[in-house]
Amino acid sequence: MEGRLGRILLILVPYLWLLVFFLVPFVIVFKISFSETAIAMPPYLPVFDLSEGWEAFKAAFARLSFDNYAWLTEDDLYIRSYLSSLWIASVSTIITLMVGYPIAYGMARAPTAWRPTLLMLVILPFWTSFLIRVYAWIGILKKEGLLNLALISLGVIDEPLTILNTNTAVYIGIVYSYLPFMVLPLYSALEKLDGSLLEAAQDLGCTPIKAFWVVTVPLSLPGIVAGCFLVFIPAVGEFVIPDLLGGSETLMIGKTLWVEFFSNRDWPVSSAVAVLLLLVLIVPIVLFQMHQQRQQEREAG
Amino acid sequence: MNRGPTWFNVASVTAGFAFLYLPIVILVVYSFNESRLVTVWAGFSTKWYVALFQNQGLLDAAWVTVRVAFVSATVATVLGTMAAIVLIRAGRFPGRTLFSGMIYAPLVMPEVITGLSLLLLFVAMNFARGFWTVLIAHITFSMCFVAVVVQSRLVTFDRSVEEAALDLGCPPLKTFFQITLPMILPAVISGWMLAFTLSLDDLVIASFTTGPGATTLPMKIYSQVRLGVTPEINAVCTILIGIVTTGVVAASLITKRQEMERQRAERLAVAEA
Repeated sequence: MEGRLGRILLILVPYLWLLVFFLVPFVIVFKISFSETAIAMPPYLPVFDLSEGWEAFKAAFARLSFDNYAWLTEDDLYIRSYLSSLWIASVSTIITLMVGYPIAYGMARAPTAWRPTLLMLVILPFWTSFLIRVYAWIGILKKEGLLNLALISLGVIDEPLTILNTNTAVYIGIVYSYLPFMVLPLYSALEKLDGSLLEAAQDLGCTPIKAFWVVTVPLSLPGIVAGCFLVFIPAVGEFVIPDLLGGSETLMIGKTLWVEFFSNRDWPVSSAVAVLLLLVLIVPIVLFQMHQQRQQEREAG
Repeated sequence: MNRGPTWFNVASVTAGFAFLYLPIVILVVYSFNESRLVTVWAGFSTKWYVALFQNQGLLDAAWVTVRVAFVSATVATVLGTMAAIVLIRAGRFPGRTLFSGMIYAPLVMPEVITGLSLLLLFVAMNFARGFWTVLIAHITFSMCFVAVVVQSRLVTFDRSVEEAALDLGCPPLKTFFQITLPMILPAVISGWMLAFTLSLDDLVIASFTTGPGATTLPMKIYSQVRLGVTPEINAVCTILIGIVTTGVVAASLITKRQEMERQRAERLAVAEA
């Protein structure tokens, strides 16, 4: 008897917690995205009151306001923010892959005794505050910053470059912050790679470069896919990086939502922005989970 | 891969680590700069650290942050470990798919959405915003990280010892505390540490869910960073980096030693048998 009751309690406690503090809030966001803005606290008119029963619910449903969504299509700021977020996230993901692959490859080739230390060194920055790591780049990238100082004293440039508060700085910030997320899955895929396959390819007349494209890349594909998802998904909704490193022309949806909420105090519109952001991300999130599940089954089987 | 590294491999790993660590090193070095200007080195000084400990607002924020991080990490570890056991052990039950979805979704959910949705919940429930709401928000997202960490340990877990205890009539709860928990403890501890640092670092979710009197350190840092780079912020950041690095390195050394001791004990047991 104790076992049965225990099992129910074990399931129920975390289940209820997540239901109340994760799922229900989404329903509320969804609901408020259909309500009208009001000058009050909270600054919106409630859409429906569940205490009045099913009839009231149906009546309220008929009154739902799509104004916020219509507003999102009227003002092209939102559309541009979505597209620009997707663009910035895609470009950053590709750069992160190109930067991360040689690092992961080199780590997988390192002597076995070194590997745990190298792995630890990749993970360590991930534990350091995101905000701090982004902040560190401000001092480097700004006009009188260390990068310009170094380039001028080396004679590479005469005039300081404007990097901070441009999209370039956002790319650097995303690549830097998310690099460990790319390197780790790549490393775990490359580490398992059997070196004799490469030797066989070369014995059969492949040049090292061709062997890389024909053998290494396809075999590390699971790592590439996982790394790209892990960078792309959070980068789309990123707020801190575009806010601190980007400029006024940097449009990203996370920043738009923040401004809409904290500066314009328009809760219904920011809820609508959140709902649409979730819709944009649901496809990559589901694809990523399917990929992870397939990998787990393959490793188990 | 069993072939030795080429010069290209060495160069790319070196360049990669330089890229990862140089900005942090620069930040730490300039926290000891005498001059207020970030680009001019005017000699070694600890005056920014002294200034820090006289800044009451900053100290208050740090105290709030540490309390939130400690309590939320502890509750999240309990809930997350339960969730991990449910995922691996509970078998089929109604709503299982939804449950695992709710564990994995927060890991990749943009923080702005999590923050906004929790705030709207607290407003709808008429909950006074402040310390408690930040705490609940942090528990919610970090318990999912704990669940994933503990779950990966439970997957590779040898159940025979546990089954033996149950067969011998040990009650399930006692079996858990005497057999299962000690075996998964390293994962539980690293889950707690992950939850603690996630809470310590969080800016976005805390900004949405906080209220008067509960300003956290990242919020304080953020509002000052917007005004520009100052040595005081470098000093705060250096202290935070120091704490986290020490914690992570110490934890990994402890787990490594435990692992070696366990292996030695197993070898001894085999030798005796």
